[in-house]
Amino acid sequence: MQSEAVAVTGLVKRYGDKTAVNGLDLTVRRGGVTAVLGPNGAGKTTTIETCEGYRRADAGTVRVLGLDPGDPAQAAQMRPRIGVMLQSGGIYPGARALEMLRHTARLHAHPLDVDELAARLGLDSCGRTSYRRLSGGQQQRLALAMAVVGRPELVFLDEPTAGLDPHARRATWDLVRDLRRDGVTLVLTTHHMDEAEQLADRVAIVDGGRVIAEGSPEELCRSEAADTVRFRARPGLDLGGLLKALPDGTAVAEATPGAYLVEGSVDPQLLATLTSWCAQSGVMPEQLAVGRRTLEDVFIELTGRDLRA
Amino acid sequence: MSSTSYAPQPGAAPIGVMLRAQTGLETKMLLRNGEQLLLTVVIPSVLLVLFSAVDIVSTTGPGARVDFLAPGLLALAVLSTAFTGQAIATGFERRYGVLKRLGASPLPRWALMTAKTGSVLVTEVLQVALLSVIALLLGWHPQGDPAAVLLLLLLGTAAFSGLGLLMAGTLRAEATLAAANLVFILLLLAGGVIVPLSRFPGAVRPVLEALPISALSDGLRAVLQQGAGMPWGDVGVLAAWAVVALAAAARFFRWE
Repeated sequence: MQSEAVAVTGLVKRYGDKTAVNGLDLTVRRGGVTAVLGPNGAGKTTTIETCEGYRRADAGTVRVLGLDPGDPAQAAQMRPRIGVMLQSGGIYPGARALEMLRHTARLHAHPLDVDELAARLGLDSCGRTSYRRLSGGQQQRLALAMAVVGRPELVFLDEPTAGLDPHARRATWDLVRDLRRDGVTLVLTTHHMDEAEQLADRVAIVDGGRVIAEGSPEELCRSEAADTVRFRARPGLDLGGLLKALPDGTAVAEATPGAYLVEGSVDPQLLATLTSWCAQSGVMPEQLAVGRRTLEDVFIELTGRDLRA
Repeated sequence: MSSTSYAPQPGAAPIGVMLRAQTGLETKMLLRNGEQLLLTVVIPSVLLVLFSAVDIVSTTGPGARVDFLAPGLLALAVLSTAFTGQAIATGFERRYGVLKRLGASPLPRWALMTAKTGSVLVTEVLQVALLSVIALLLGWHPQGDPAAVLLLLLLGTAAFSGLGLLMAGTLRAEATLAAANLVFILLLLAGGVIVPLSRFPGAVRPVLEALPISALSDGLRAVLQQGAGMPWGDVGVLAAWAVVALAAAARFFRWE
């Protein structure tokens, strides 16, 4: 059994004179959740859909479970082994929710229990409702259920929680975690930072059709120099004295009156120095918070843009 | 709740199971659609009753009006299901990504097409049964060889399916909806279904006679009304349409 679930090398995909994916490399190991993170138009969906066999690469190689999705015979071997959730649609408008899920189960050899899966995703109450009359969230959850009902070893989810309310989003996350626990490999695209931070073992940040950073959320967020301490106190503290007490390379600023920001290599020693300086100055540091960079900070730093921009 | 194991156990169902499941679903989708039922059941039935009862179009040949009308409306039933209904349904399935999503399932494409054909045939069996009962109640006396009727119906289905899928796989869904309905009306009026082709000016008649609907209604009429043997001319026209339309559909059909 090959160790990689997905191996994309130098993928290029053009639509007319627009280059959607421009030399993208992505490796997904077996097991675990990989989040492909990036703004709209970054090339996430094109990449996923090339893996699913919908698009033909203009250059580069794509292997999914060791098979080439661009080769009809190999794609036919691949399809029963993967689960697919498209970004939208994919279901007969007139089909009822449970009818469609049951049908998808029937196309597989060892499907999950349909009623149990439907109940888990809150689809039991709308089982006889036609797809076109389901709410957006119910449509999303039905598509998710259809992606996993065949007990696939690899699941592609294209923006699985887009437009979901917090409750439905939680149900989706819980299912993703249980699939991961039982050894299913999952690849999901998202432009929600918190989703990647919550779910993913590996994150690939995509921008402009290529992967610009890759690693575990911790690796991506770790930084020697950019951690922060924020606190509130009375305005106009003598920051010169504080700066002298703190180690070299630390910056201190009063961001807005009474709101202080310390940037540097934050360790317990620095915190102790900060609080003892406050004690000597008769200052109570309120709302003291040690900050760690988030994926959002990483993304802004890498691209110079807000993810949702 | 989380006691269920999601441990991978992938695999496609046996092809026979998939085909049966897909044919069943396609048939349900076809019959559940209200506009579809209007097209496939109500319109042919109403036309049959109306034109049998009222002498709007004086018919040619011997026998009662229903003997002339029943074969034409059987042809119309094939047109409505294999062409119009299938084109519209498939066009919207393509538009809504249904075909795309099925393309990532274990179901092979040929099996999807086979299932679609199966659902068309199931619907046609129901239509033919209903129209035959109505026609018999109106005094229909069918003649001829059932095998010839069956061959004509199958070839007609193949030709109209090819044309319907060609339209659904190349045009936008809305364009397919409009065009498929327009073609239905035009062929209903100008394809020998209820108006005999002999009523049309001689200049256009050769063109009209080459239409698949004309070949089907003319062939069915030759057998069922006049008790003729195999109408080879009409069989040839239908076979030619079937080959060309199915080849074009296979060549130009776009799945998304």
